[in-house]
Amino acid sequence: MDKQYQNEKTVNRLNQIKHPTNLLFNSILLFFALACFLPFIVVLLVSITEEASISRYGYQLIPQAFSGQAYLFLWKERAQILNALLMSLITTSIGTVLGVLLTSVLGYVMSRPGYRLKGFLTWMVFIPMIFNGGMVASYVINVQLLQFRNGLHALILPLMVGSFNVVICKTFFRTTIPDSIVESAKIDGAGQLRIYFNIVLPISKPVLATMALFLSFGYWNDWFLSLLYITDNKLYTLQYLLQQIVLNVECLAKNPGIGSSLQGYIDSMPRESVRMAIAVIIVLPIALAYPFFQKYFISGLTIGAVKG
Amino acid sequence: MHVRKKKWTRDDTELTLLAAPTSLWYLIFCYLPMFGVVLPFLSFKIVPGAGFFGSILRSEFVGLKNFAYLFRGGQIWILLRNTIGYNIVFIILGIVVPVTLAIIISMLRNQRGAKAYQTMMFFPHFLSWVVVSYFVYAFLNAQNGIVVSMQKAAGVATSNFYREPNFWIFAFPLLNLWKGVGNGMVVYLAAITGIDGSLYEAAVIDGATKPQQVRYITLPSLKPMMIMMFILSVGRIFYSDFGLFYQVTQGIPRSIYNVSATIDTFVYQSLRSSMPYGMIAAPTFIQSVACCVTILLANALIRRIDPDNALI
Repeated sequence: MDKQYQNEKTVNRLNQIKHPTNLLFNSILLFFALACFLPFIVVLLVSITEEASISRYGYQLIPQAFSGQAYLFLWKERAQILNALLMSLITTSIGTVLGVLLTSVLGYVMSRPGYRLKGFLTWMVFIPMIFNGGMVASYVINVQLLQFRNGLHALILPLMVGSFNVVICKTFFRTTIPDSIVESAKIDGAGQLRIYFNIVLPISKPVLATMALFLSFGYWNDWFLSLLYITDNKLYTLQYLLQQIVLNVECLAKNPGIGSSLQGYIDSMPRESVRMAIAVIIVLPIALAYPFFQKYFISGLTIGAVKG
Repeated sequence: MHVRKKKWTRDDTELTLLAAPTSLWYLIFCYLPMFGVVLPFLSFKIVPGAGFFGSILRSEFVGLKNFAYLFRGGQIWILLRNTIGYNIVFIILGIVVPVTLAIIISMLRNQRGAKAYQTMMFFPHFLSWVVVSYFVYAFLNAQNGIVVSMQKAAGVATSNFYREPNFWIFAFPLLNLWKGVGNGMVVYLAAITGIDGSLYEAAVIDGATKPQQVRYITLPSLKPMMIMMFILSVGRIFYSDFGLFYQVTQGIPRSIYNVSATIDTFVYQSLRSSMPYGMIAAPTFIQSVACCVTILLANALIRRIDPDNALI
């Protein structure tokens, strides 16, 4: 056993790429990695550049003068931003919890080997993957039948379930839940509802975590549903607020201090750095958090790759 | 073998009840809209109080008039050209670049560095197109953008990228690659990690060089994943990323319309206008049908060449 391990190590060592190649590969990858991450740093730097410096030299990679006035301004206008944050949190949390439940429960049912309607459900989940009625029909139904206009449910319901996620759950349950556990619980008199909540869910945390991540990113980053259905600015989510002010950053300015007119206040706002500062506020939590949960993302991608 | 038809059991009832809420969701959000395939053949108007189906029943059948209108204007050809053309480029880049990077990263001597590169490349995947549009704005806007500042500092003529069609032809594929490269690489890297190490050992003992190992072991092992990604993206070839084409260009300025309007941006802009629903539904009908046909064709093609890897 030990000897075999030694051999493997020797082979692996012999099979490594040469140092110059390693250097070349590293520089290629470094180039891509920086290209992916540096834009965020640039935006961060612009957001702390003094407005006078921006109007004189434009945005710069290395700013001449730093200032936190953009963030001070956003702090003064925090009511609107906090409201949008609240809306984002509400839609994301409700949507994720309901979505995980709906997705996993269907995945579980489809994973039961003896179930009579298994074939029917498989088709029900599969057909939408290759055919849909088109955006116009969805739009009309959502507005007419489901009263989506300016309703919070418009931002939650459409994203809850996806066929891919259902298939991931089904594959996971099929491969990790032993039939014997379910059977013995049945003999003990437990119904399927009880089996699902008390036995299946507690031992399926990895796939639930993956689903929760997929869904919460979907909700957190969504702005298209708001674009279609939301006009009331009390229901703006962070992403939609960001979408709305891309061309019209002045509309953020609502609370002039005592002794200054609204117009004067708008004129004096650090427009360009505020634009970047609000982008930073939205990206920063993601930038800090994603390195820790990317492994769940990856595991979800690999479970999904299993044909089933 | 004689198969006994099973009886409906209590277990079946319970499972059906469990599946009911999600099935209801599928009914409302996937299957009801499928009746929308009739919309482009009608002069559809919302009849107040009649609801969606009532309105369908009361609409007049107009045959192919809505399609005729769409094709007569000639606009549909621009939309189709952009949608399909960009998608073809996206599909090729989206397979070649991530596969190459995944192979390269898996051979690095410094695995700690590999982890760092991977994490950084994964970052754009977690951003929405709205956020990306701010990043793009920081670089390209005509007054203060980084690129423009550099042009000023260098004393060359500044350019207004948002009005430059030739720029966006290259920018769309690059941005799409930028956002997706980390995700794609991770998928292929996971597949590479799953390859049995003894294959490489045997190859080394037989005297295979590194490029030969890639050619005869790594690439063939990645084939199923590549085929799956290919079928999936070919199935979306009539769809486009609304955020990329509409949001990143800041609402598609008129001067770049010809290179950045796709079916989806057209549908959105038409929904915002007073265009009748039947006419807007015509391109989405083409999308739905063509997408279904392409996915089945791609699958049939794969089934013929390589039956093991067909999706359906």
